[in-house]
Amino acid sequence: MIVLAFLAQTLRIAIPYLFAASGGVISERSGLIGLGLEGYMLGGAFCGAVASYYSGSPWVGLLGAVAGGAALALLYALTAIRFRADQVVVGIAVNLLVTGATRFFLRLAFHSSANSPRVPGFGAEQSGTGLASLARNPLIWLGILAIAVMAWLLYRTPYGLRVRAAGEHPEAALSVGVPVDRVRYVAAALSGMLAALGGAYLALDQHQFSAEMTAGRGFIALAATIFGRWDPFRAALACLFFAAAETLQIQLQGAQVIPSQFVEMIPYALTIVALAGVVGRAVPPAALGKATE
Amino acid sequence: MRRTVEEALLPALVALLVAAVVGDVLILSFGQSPGSVYRLLIDGTWGNAYGFGQVLYKTTTLTFTGLAVAIGLRAGLFNIGAESQLAAGGFLAGLAGLMLPMGLPALATLPIYIVAAAAGGAIVGGIPGVLKARFGAHEVITTIMLNFIVLALLNYLTAAHLKVEGTLHTAEIHAGALPRLSSMIGAFRGSAANVVLFLALITAAAVAWFLFRTRRGFELRATGLQPAAAEYGGVNVGGVWWRTMALSGALAGIGGLNYVLGYKHYYEESFASGAGFLGIAVAIVGRNNPIGVVVAAFVFATMSQGGLAVNAVVPKQIVDVLQAVVIIAVAASVPEVRRLARARSAA
Amino acid sequence: MSSVESSASAPIAIRLSDIYKSFGPVNANRGASIQVARGEIHALVGENGAGKSTLMRILGGMYAPDAGKMEVNGRDVTGWTTAEAIDAGVGMVHQHFMLVPTLTVAENMMLGREPTSRGQLDSARVAREVTELSKRTGLAVHPQRKVADLSVGEAQRVEILKTLYRGAKILILDEPTAVLSPPEIDELWRVLRGMRERGETIVLITHKLDEVMEISDTITVMRHGQTIAQLTTTETTPAAIAKAMVGRDVQLATHYGETSSRSLELPSASLLEVRDLVVDGPRRASAVDGVGFSIAPGEILGIAGVEGNGQTELLEALAGLRPVRSGSTSVAGRDITALSVKSRGDAGLSHIPEDRHARGLVLDYTIAENLILGQQHRFTTGVRLDNDAIIDNARRQIDAFDIRPAVPSVPARALSGGNQQKIVIAREMSRGFQVLLAAQPTRGVDVGAIEFIHARLRETRNAGKAILLVSADLAEVLALSDRIAVMYGGKFAAVLNRRDASEEVLGPYMTGAEHAA
Repeated sequence: MIVLAFLAQTLRIAIPYLFAASGGVISERSGLIGLGLEGYMLGGAFCGAVASYYSGSPWVGLLGAVAGGAALALLYALTAIRFRADQVVVGIAVNLLVTGATRFFLRLAFHSSANSPRVPGFGAEQSGTGLASLARNPLIWLGILAIAVMAWLLYRTPYGLRVRAAGEHPEAALSVGVPVDRVRYVAAALSGMLAALGGAYLALDQHQFSAEMTAGRGFIALAATIFGRWDPFRAALACLFFAAAETLQIQLQGAQVIPSQFVEMIPYALTIVALAGVVGRAVPPAALGKATE
Repeated sequence: MRRTVEEALLPALVALLVAAVVGDVLILSFGQSPGSVYRLLIDGTWGNAYGFGQVLYKTTTLTFTGLAVAIGLRAGLFNIGAESQLAAGGFLAGLAGLMLPMGLPALATLPIYIVAAAAGGAIVGGIPGVLKARFGAHEVITTIMLNFIVLALLNYLTAAHLKVEGTLHTAEIHAGALPRLSSMIGAFRGSAANVVLFLALITAAAVAWFLFRTRRGFELRATGLQPAAAEYGGVNVGGVWWRTMALSGALAGIGGLNYVLGYKHYYEESFASGAGFLGIAVAIVGRNNPIGVVVAAFVFATMSQGGLAVNAVVPKQIVDVLQAVVIIAVAASVPEVRRLARARSAA
Repeated sequence: MSSVESSASAPIAIRLSDIYKSFGPVNANRGASIQVARGEIHALVGENGAGKSTLMRILGGMYAPDAGKMEVNGRDVTGWTTAEAIDAGVGMVHQHFMLVPTLTVAENMMLGREPTSRGQLDSARVAREVTELSKRTGLAVHPQRKVADLSVGEAQRVEILKTLYRGAKILILDEPTAVLSPPEIDELWRVLRGMRERGETIVLITHKLDEVMEISDTITVMRHGQTIAQLTTTETTPAAIAKAMVGRDVQLATHYGETSSRSLELPSASLLEVRDLVVDGPRRASAVDGVGFSIAPGEILGIAGVEGNGQTELLEALAGLRPVRSGSTSVAGRDITALSVKSRGDAGLSHIPEDRHARGLVLDYTIAENLILGQQHRFTTGVRLDNDAIIDNARRQIDAFDIRPAVPSVPARALSGGNQQKIVIAREMSRGFQVLLAAQPTRGVDVGAIEFIHARLRETRNAGKAILLVSADLAEVLALSDRIAVMYGGKFAAVLNRRDASEEVLGPYMTGAEHAA
């Protein structure tokens, strides 16, 4: 029983990571740095909550989230591709933009700078901790599906082949007529939509949007992308591992075995270890962060 | 020469224009008139001594984090870690302050504080530098990750060992309080501006001198422009990387003095929140030039303070949005302007 | 076969008229025109920077021309895209391979033209087709191998197959032999002739006249972005082509005559002593595999060989830019094996690097700043750079080496290739040194500057310094060296005195067909 509760909790925590990390993988494999994931998630959470609130349907909420995430990601892609802006700078600016804009519009729409009112969400009113109540949330299944679909897209379809080529050697892709910029725009939009679904999951699970509710989850997803070496399945494993560590920390909170701050550090520390190559270097796509000529 | 000035200023103009348009839309969406909001913003910042003092106070921290990011970029390194380096600098300086005997004059303690703050930032900045020099780990990711790690660590140390019960900050520091500007100019009364501002200006001048007049600066810039050529020119590129990252961290760390010893006289959890990331904006808008950094820091500080001034009418987060818009617009127009300038010089 | 006659009657495959193209300040093409008949091998020749690659990239759809008209098989195709060019059967093999190293051969083959079955990539079909095509053309490849694991020769085979797989009837090859060994070159010629038999059209970009004479039917010569002459190979001579390329008479023969007569009277103490050097390269271990030699004062040792046989790694290792696995190096009797780049400079080593754009210059630094790169310690007082001394030095070097524009504050980026190289040469020759490493000292430099640089190298030798010269240009090695080593597969295949060396003698060593060591 404890094991099941542990698994359920882990999965619940992992779902937003799975969405955002699958977005991180497609974005970075195409050559666009995934620094904006946090912003797409937060934007998705906000748009999801607003759309759900006004329509009364969480499904419309999801549509709103997807639209919001795609719009933000396309803004990022437009500046990075068309205007050759530095991807690191714009990625960080997008996060800043979304943090400010969600609070601004929160006050405009709901006259509160902290929370939205209660919005329709998925599943039971008081979401239980069991697997059964979890399984009623369609986003759980969508999150798991996102990884599988991403792997299929990346490795089995013409578009995926083009993404891998665009991120590794865009000039070669261009020389055989692959429209690299278009491939990247699509990858950006997909990453924005997926990350936004992760954010929407948070808002719809808690039945409200609260300011800065993603709290760095986009960066954990980016960490999982890198720690998973830009592969959907390995990134998913990284997400589950990070989520399991968090679950452990929550369940041990009473016991005070390890200070919670040290558990918080795990994903970040592991990512640094992976990049430093203590056990087999993580080598990013060669053209990551570079605009085409 | 004229062309380089144009190249430097045009993106900033474009950014201001875009920001003004976006700002108007946001203000109108709130049913307010842009003119009156902007007037309120100016009145609350440059319009009175207190507001101006607060702008100067914010300029101080942003100058340090801006210089930190700028010197990194000059060496081809993107330091996203100014946030945690600033915090670590403030933390170590605060720790030093708690250990120093009460009543020491500022003149005696300031050097100690500077060294402690620089050391805190240098350690946090140096780690990604070494990881890059030694293992080729990209500093963008490692500094971001280190932000989370270091802030969690500092929070733990504060929570577990240092904080005053019921608060998030340490006990008050009584050794060598740094004088506020209001002790010299009465009108600044109540504002947090303090002598660290002068330290920031001196530091900006020192960084400019270092970058453009010294051998190490020559080697640093060469490394940033073309690492392979620098290596060929006898420069130890890995050495430049980790030393620059440590120096960058140290600059951000010294910025921690502004809050911890110039303003509050205690270390407080997440006092640095946002100032590190804004440092990136300051460096980009200031074009990695120390003078440009000071100007950009002043502009961003004005915006931040202005947000507070207009908060009663429109949400202060409008400023976060506009700052982001400025960053995006500058980042997007710099390459474009450079290309146009090159095309024109060809014609 | 009589290709000249056939080309006279055959329909025109390619006609580019009055093409203009500039990149910022650089006018790459200024009214270039070319005409190629179907079923011929056409050589597009010219010096480096003459605009050959740009013109062909325009034909391949990678760039749009600023002005001019493009026709392929009689159809107006001005400003078409890469995809349109490929659809119309125009394929290009680039000088720098356009292959994605992390993908397999099959994936590279299908990229941009992916066959699918039920929405998925049909990899099995591609593998089958590639294997068939490979059999038919005699170009052997393994579809499932990763491109990163291929040798240079194999990668080029994949490149050619890639264009054929896409149905290319017009094949453009940009300097295809630069990285190939002579047997691989023969193999390439065989494949190209086979294609010509099948009626396909080939444009070969090159600046090597022997290749032009051997393989081409017709020739277009480019100079300074313009097409200067259209020739029929059987009716012209290398000297006539060379004259058209450089715009004046070139004494091809005299290049070989002017070496030192001192090659045998070697003084006893050598200035550069290299023993059993083993160096790992970026792509393979032991790129330099046990090389040893010494150079006496007043001697030039030239290293000939096909590029990619360890020359780059050898020079980088000697310069301190690449770690050495084993072996030792000494300059004027002092062991420098473990020294840093800077200490090697202090010990009397000077280095003209192979790639001036990546290593030899900081392009955004001024002429004055570039003239002290590597010697910045000498221009430092305390921690400060001595600006007056830097400007003084710049004025002197600009004068002595005729660097143009003669303005110390101009960034190196704004200079022509020849003037950029003069900065490097001026700097490296003005420092106190005993041994000079000169890698590709005249690459991409105009003829006037080449003569100037050669004269400086000879003066240096005559002043009693030791020079190690590496050049891909065999004529240059023969023109300057007192002794010649041939490098093949990371080893010295032969070391000969200049008077015993000639292209005919060196050729077999360069191919690995003979070993003397």
